[in-house]
Amino acid sequence: MTDEIPGTEEFAIDCQHLTHRYGDFVAVDDLTLQVRRGETLGLLGPNGAGKTTAVKVLTTLTPVQQGEVSIFGLGTKRHTMDIRYNIGYVPQQLSIESALTGRQNVQWFARLYDVPRKNRNERVDAALAAMNLLDVADNLAGTYSGGMVRRLELAQALVNRPSLLILDEPTVGLDPIARDSVWSQVQQMQDEFGMTVLLTTHYMEEADALCDRVALLHHGRLRAVGPPDELKALVGSDTQGATLEDVFRHYAGSDLDDADGASKRGLQQIRSSRRTARRVS
Amino acid sequence: MVSRMGTFALVELQKLRHDRTELVTRMVQPALWLLIFGQTFSHLHVVDTGSVSYLAFLAPGIIAQSALFISIFYGIQIVWDRDAGILAKLMVTPSPASALICGKAFAAGVRSIAQVLGVLAIAYLMGVHLTTNPLKILAAMGVVVLGSAFFACLSMTLAGLVRNRDRLMGIGQAITMPLFFASNALYPVDIMPQWLRWLSAVNPLSYEVNALRGLLIGTPSNMLVDVGVLVVSAVLGVAAASALLRRLVS
Repeated sequence: MTDEIPGTEEFAIDCQHLTHRYGDFVAVDDLTLQVRRGETLGLLGPNGAGKTTAVKVLTTLTPVQQGEVSIFGLGTKRHTMDIRYNIGYVPQQLSIESALTGRQNVQWFARLYDVPRKNRNERVDAALAAMNLLDVADNLAGTYSGGMVRRLELAQALVNRPSLLILDEPTVGLDPIARDSVWSQVQQMQDEFGMTVLLTTHYMEEADALCDRVALLHHGRLRAVGPPDELKALVGSDTQGATLEDVFRHYAGSDLDDADGASKRGLQQIRSSRRTARRVS
Repeated sequence: MVSRMGTFALVELQKLRHDRTELVTRMVQPALWLLIFGQTFSHLHVVDTGSVSYLAFLAPGIIAQSALFISIFYGIQIVWDRDAGILAKLMVTPSPASALICGKAFAAGVRSIAQVLGVLAIAYLMGVHLTTNPLKILAAMGVVVLGSAFFACLSMTLAGLVRNRDRLMGIGQAITMPLFFASNALYPVDIMPQWLRWLSAVNPLSYEVNALRGLLIGTPSNMLVDVGVLVVSAVLGVAAASALLRRLVS
């Protein structure tokens, strides 16, 4: 809860030399990143950049293999449960129990986060109201649109009034109106409770508009970090029209092109193998 | 831990309340076992069940079987939760893996109890002489919860090992009937070949059926051993499934 943020550390997230491997594949490579309290930081990168793995480690879902991670000064290795009380998390997938009503979905998480019984209904209603879902709270969540489901997930994540909200591509698959609605609700909650927000997204324009700072991740490595305007100003002489997309190309562009080329070559090889297999069979 | 188990049980009841058709459709199979298999074998008199009618002998076995069929697919449900992102969200709450597994296992028991009540109702309607003592019926529900908890944990342990829904579906189908047939649910242990007796002796379903028969039809049973085996199995199941749960989201 916001008024119970542990410690007085400057950083909500302090990640030092984090490396995470799946077998021989290095998903996150020596990531050092700090997120200040109350800040909104966007973790950007293409598919396979290591964003989701980093988020899994920061949420304590996956243990730290190498490096150190602390949330509000609490190490993830020793203070897992204390950290979890202060985190709200929305995963990539639209993940609600469709056989429960919106209210029941939020009540479920209020119980799991040990929201006291005397405040529980009030908190649940407040979270639903903040997401503009109070009118449909008693409808089955299976009848909600994609945007409503995402807002319901935010209500679940916010019901314990977390100090840190972690959103893993929260607007993927949503139409522009639903995306705007989700972001305006997040910003409203942040203004109200002063949460720290870490989000991952593919949408550079969203990151540009919403984030105090962005961190560019590619092939598991941190390529650049800073306020969007500063990064845009760094990319060259033509800064007037520069976008975050240009910044991203600047730092990882040649690798991106290589990756795309490798991917295309890989697909060509697969198609060629299949054609050969069909001829042989 | 108890509060989280209660939370998961409540969620399960809420889901059941919103989809009552599931209760009805799940009753079809046990009803068929009692109505067709039970009545046919009663007339054939090929299974010696002593002074107890074959239908009365069969009813506790069908209750245990129904609970087994419900709980053995909890592993698929947890893989489904993983694929839908729900498991990751649950695992980021301040609930240890063992609390999540206990909660799911207890929820399987709660869902099975609804089935037990249905089978009991059918059995009473068919004139099968089962106990009407509410304390014994409550105790039978406790036995079903323990048995379901073990089989749900077995299923979630397998989910942690194979991590794939389709593969798990195949394994679930492959083990369910052998567990059922290698137990005393349909016939007494005495008429089994020796090799099947050995399997039955290590099959927790047999102990569940024994305990249910002792409570519901009053046949001799060693309640301490039966419940003891179910408790130990459930504890081991919770430990194994909890240890493997993280593999599902890593």
